[in-house]
Amino acid sequence: MAFVTFEQVSLAYEEGGPLAIRDISLSVKKNEFIAVVGPSGCGKSTLMKLVSGLSEPTSGYVYLDGRQVSGPQKCIGMAFQASNLLPWRTTLQNVMLPLEIVQPYRSQMRRQRKVFEEMARALLARVGLAGWEDKYPWELSGGMQQRASICRALIHKPELLMLDEPFGALDAFTREELWCMLQDLWQEQPFTVVLVTHDLREAVFLADTVYVMSKGPGEILVRREVDLPRPRTLEDTYTESFASQVHVLRDHIGAIRQH
Amino acid sequence: MAFNRRKFMIRNASWMLMLVLLLLWEALCVGLQVPEYLFPAPSAVWSAGVARWEPILMHAWQTFFTTLVGFGIAVVVGVVLGVAVGTYPLVYKALYPLLVGFNSIPKVAFVPVLVVWFGIGTVPAILTAFLISFFPVLVNVATGLATLEPELEDVMRSLGASKLDILRKVGLPRALPYFFASLKVAITLAFVGSVISETVASNMGIGYLMMAASSSMDMALVFAGLIVIGVMGVVMYELFAWMEKRFTRWANRGSNSAAI
Repeated sequence: MAFVTFEQVSLAYEEGGPLAIRDISLSVKKNEFIAVVGPSGCGKSTLMKLVSGLSEPTSGYVYLDGRQVSGPQKCIGMAFQASNLLPWRTTLQNVMLPLEIVQPYRSQMRRQRKVFEEMARALLARVGLAGWEDKYPWELSGGMQQRASICRALIHKPELLMLDEPFGALDAFTREELWCMLQDLWQEQPFTVVLVTHDLREAVFLADTVYVMSKGPGEILVRREVDLPRPRTLEDTYTESFASQVHVLRDHIGAIRQH
Repeated sequence: MAFNRRKFMIRNASWMLMLVLLLLWEALCVGLQVPEYLFPAPSAVWSAGVARWEPILMHAWQTFFTTLVGFGIAVVVGVVLGVAVGTYPLVYKALYPLLVGFNSIPKVAFVPVLVVWFGIGTVPAILTAFLISFFPVLVNVATGLATLEPELEDVMRSLGASKLDILRKVGLPRALPYFFASLKVAITLAFVGSVISETVASNMGIGYLMMAASSSMDMALVFAGLIVIGVMGVVMYELFAWMEKRFTRWANRGSNSAAI
């Protein structure tokens, strides 16, 4: 069953202005992991805004879980390239932020604070941040901040996780570590993921389906399923089949750039 | 050793500079035999201050009280308007040019108007202190709210947070350092406002005391009054600087190590 559906969606930020994306149709199954790749300025982030209801399409329809998206959706987790942690809160308090907003946690916060705190601690421990709960974000390294940011996006058990180049600002080693972390989290307790990225290896490593977008106005050029077995390991990224997947995508991107 | 001396110098620099200036002042007055009714030496100011401590204290208390009340109103009005201006673009567009225009009017020009409306005394002094000091609070609170990162707002909105939620959880805490910084500016301005009003239209307060003293050529007392205002200003400034450090430590991380 389709969880997220786009039907010929176009969006212009200004009336009569240039289209940011044009005629996008796609559908994401429940608990599917999709990646959207493309050159910068191809409207990848617009796609995310449409799904979460932060923008409205100029034409076409967006459906989430069978209902048409209108207005900001609840229960979506989001993480961006910058961790956007609140510097006046400790790591633990940052992760607990969604619980103070999303129902039903919000109304249970007062009585169940201890339980929720344990939930957050467990999740932080799960991503390797045990012992860092009471530190402030600026005391954490970039990779750790990003882990915490992903924890914040997942703590309220959203059905949809949206990641906008979440590993873009990290060094190569940390980035690959976090790929594995994300894959593990997803396999343990599945949720639907939309990952926007520049990195083709990242897309192939993590996603079930990769969409390649063209430069503005953004259109979907290719949809490609990655049928590598899971769990994928970093070792797999050096195999022939992995390389050929990346290569195919690379060729598509190359074709766009020649225009 | 050398390092310790340097540290000592930095910590006590302001006291030492003040001491040097006082000595220089004293030396100038004594050396050039400046008459006391023109420019009294620090020693003369000191003895005037000690001899007349009771009236000085009474007037200082009046000025202090007036300033704090005006400042208090300024903080409340500044925060409320600042939140409105920083949150709603419509309010910003409508109100801001008006406020900037109002702020460019010298507040001394208002005092006669206030006197006509409220008579001389405490009320115009409080209002002048308020009028002169609410603007920096407003601008800083509004700036703190308006510079919220759009991604952070997206994160909050995608959780279903209301405008009030975003303001409470993110906007206001984030604007806190701006707010405290503005308090330091506003309190010194509030002193300017109340003293101006007292010099023009009051029979109470340090401003009035100085006015009366200067008309009887008692320059030592005028200077004593000036110094009392300065001391009150510094004390209040330091109080808010301390509060700023205490409550928004996260925003000033590492600045201590940079300063020393």
